Amino acid sequence: MASAAATAPAATASSRPSRWTRLPVISQLRQSVGLQRGMLVAGLVLTGIFLLTALLAPMLAPYGFSQLRDEDGSFGSLQEPSSAHLLGTTVGGYDVLSRLIWGSRTALLVIIVAVAASILVGVTLGLISGYFGGWLDRVLVVIADAIYAFPSLLLAIVLAIVISGGQSSMWGGILAAALSITVIFIPQYLRVTRAEVIRIKSEAFVESARVIGASHARIMIRHVLRNSTRTMPLILTLNASEAILTLAGLGFLGFGIEPTAAAEWGYDLNKAVSDVTSGIWWTSVFPGMAIVLVVLGLTLVGESLNDLSDPRLRKRAAGAEPVEDLGVDLGDDAPVAPGAPAGAPEPAAPAAAKEASA
Amino acid sequence: MTTTSEAPAKRAGAPRAWAKKPGGSLGRYIAVRALLIIPTVFILVTTVFVLMRTTGDPITAAQGGRLPADQLAERIHEAGYDRPILVQYLDYLGGVFTGDFGTTLSDRREVTDVIVHFGAATLELAFYALIVAFAVGIPLGRLAAFHRDRWPDAVYRIGAILAYATPVFFAGLILKLIFSVWLDILPVAGRADTRTELTLSRQDGATGIYLIDAIKTGDPAVIGNVLQHAILPALALGLLTAGVFLRVVRTNVISTFGAGYVDAARSRGVSERRLLRKHAYRPALIPIVTVVGLQIALLLGGAVLTETTFEWKGLGFQLSQYLQARDFVAVQGIVVVLAVIVAITNFIVDIIAALIDPRVRY
Repeated sequence: MASAAATAPAATASSRPSRWTRLPVISQLRQSVGLQRGMLVAGLVLTGIFLLTALLAPMLAPYGFSQLRDEDGSFGSLQEPSSAHLLGTTVGGYDVLSRLIWGSRTALLVIIVAVAASILVGVTLGLISGYFGGWLDRVLVVIADAIYAFPSLLLAIVLAIVISGGQSSMWGGILAAALSITVIFIPQYLRVTRAEVIRIKSEAFVESARVIGASHARIMIRHVLRNSTRTMPLILTLNASEAILTLAGLGFLGFGIEPTAAAEWGYDLNKAVSDVTSGIWWTSVFPGMAIVLVVLGLTLVGESLNDLSDPRLRKRAAGAEPVEDLGVDLGDDAPVAPGAPAGAPEPAAPAAAKEASA
Repeated sequence: MTTTSEAPAKRAGAPRAWAKKPGGSLGRYIAVRALLIIPTVFILVTTVFVLMRTTGDPITAAQGGRLPADQLAERIHEAGYDRPILVQYLDYLGGVFTGDFGTTLSDRREVTDVIVHFGAATLELAFYALIVAFAVGIPLGRLAAFHRDRWPDAVYRIGAILAYATPVFFAGLILKLIFSVWLDILPVAGRADTRTELTLSRQDGATGIYLIDAIKTGDPAVIGNVLQHAILPALALGLLTAGVFLRVVRTNVISTFGAGYVDAARSRGVSERRLLRKHAYRPALIPIVTVVGLQIALLLGGAVLTETTFEWKGLGFQLSQYLQARDFVAVQGIVVVLAVIVAITNFIVDIIAALIDPRVRY
């Protein structure tokens, strides 16, 4: 660890673009300008705050997520925000701020489990499906399409019933939520990976590997898989945000995690529905805002990555290096560089982008 | 790449429904697409059945612990849940294809009956939400594309992302808090006042779609009451979809704006505004049709949450009631029906897309 940290600054100092700046998000951050950079930075900041809150929850939270009383006695139900309870207390007598902070930890765990599981299964299936083709491919695609067309929340409900029978402990609930989300995501990873694999499969380097006599497994992992993960960071961020929304939706419908097992924002919102009618706002507004801000952060990152990976949507800095400036600016500041026929440079742009991201 | 290299003989040898054939007719496309509904529905029904049965039988789930073991066994036997799983499956499949989804455990109603009774309310809500989504999403998306990368674009786009990032039920709660509790200008929940609801249900030939029924009474107070109740749920659900529409319209207008024919029109001196309105806008709307299709699934999922938030007594509300009662026969029935609705809507949307854009028919 220490030696890696010591060599890193040296690498950055050299004139060559270092390994560090070629990492997915970092390289896009360097490419971006203006508004797009603003959106990306805002997204990264929000996501960073979320991650820090989740990691440091025990230090940040004033009370435990299921704590009902301290030395001075019981917290009391539906207390307005005060110095003792900065964001008030819920109808069940929990401290809103503490559950807010602990809730980020639950959300993060669900994201990690859901995304890891769906990448593992989805990418594997996509790789096999795209590489071998044939009847297996067709069956998998039909199944994936069927599941993709299914209302995801309903599928998540069915799976939550299956996995946990409705309500459960912290890990039971987290796994139930995460796995229900996983099933929804698998078709997406399958389709994306499959499309990439089919594209790469016909490239010359795959054929030459086959000629040399490399095994299917080796070609799939070393040659195809490595080159078909381009779009992963993008789907990953978008799915992470969808995972949070599904978790909250499940919690809101009463499939959440028991309040004594872990804090979960959707559950808290479910309990806050009746508070709203009597004008009590702090029990719903804060957990809701937490969901919105986390999803907003992740989506901003995802959207920006998407725009930056698509040369037609990428905005370029005025006076950027000529090689980088080949893409046509489709914006309305129209008088395009004279002599540059509008359509011609376009094929060059994706190539440049590929080089930059490779 | 690979499809062209596949020998045509192979294709002729195994004529599969989804084999791509360039230049197929519209009739053929519709037929193929219609055939594809069958495996889709079949897979969904099977998936839901298998998943629900792996947890055990619904009677134990609903009654477990509350009934003595012998009575429980008797109930299970009566309902036929002690038969081999394959027999149950074939039985269920047969029922589904003849429109019989079973009887709910908690209130002993036919699932089909529940769906007919509450479906109208969900349909009405989805319709209102789509109106909001179209009215907000499409014009703003066009404006965002027009002001691309300048501050109005940023505002619209962040608005769209916010609309996506806000869970429907939280949006619903906030709208309720502001308009029903603090400003006190709109009703808190429900589809209409109790008295209005009574008037509407007593009417002859009531459709269950309150707006139609209210218009039939011809009483402006009734119509007003129904519309007032619809505003907040429609906004909550509609804004979510509006955000998606905005993004799609923006991206598509931007890409058609760069098309050769737009450049050609620009070089002839057509104004930027007219270019946007006449040349780039219309073709950019085609993908919207497909997106609407995909939104139906999102809309139905959202309807479950919106209906729960606003006590809008539709299928979604009913579904969450059955979930609370652990009545899994009802849950399974409603879920399967909703899935079938989604599959059929997607089919219709694909056909419309094929009618508009000939390139879709492969």
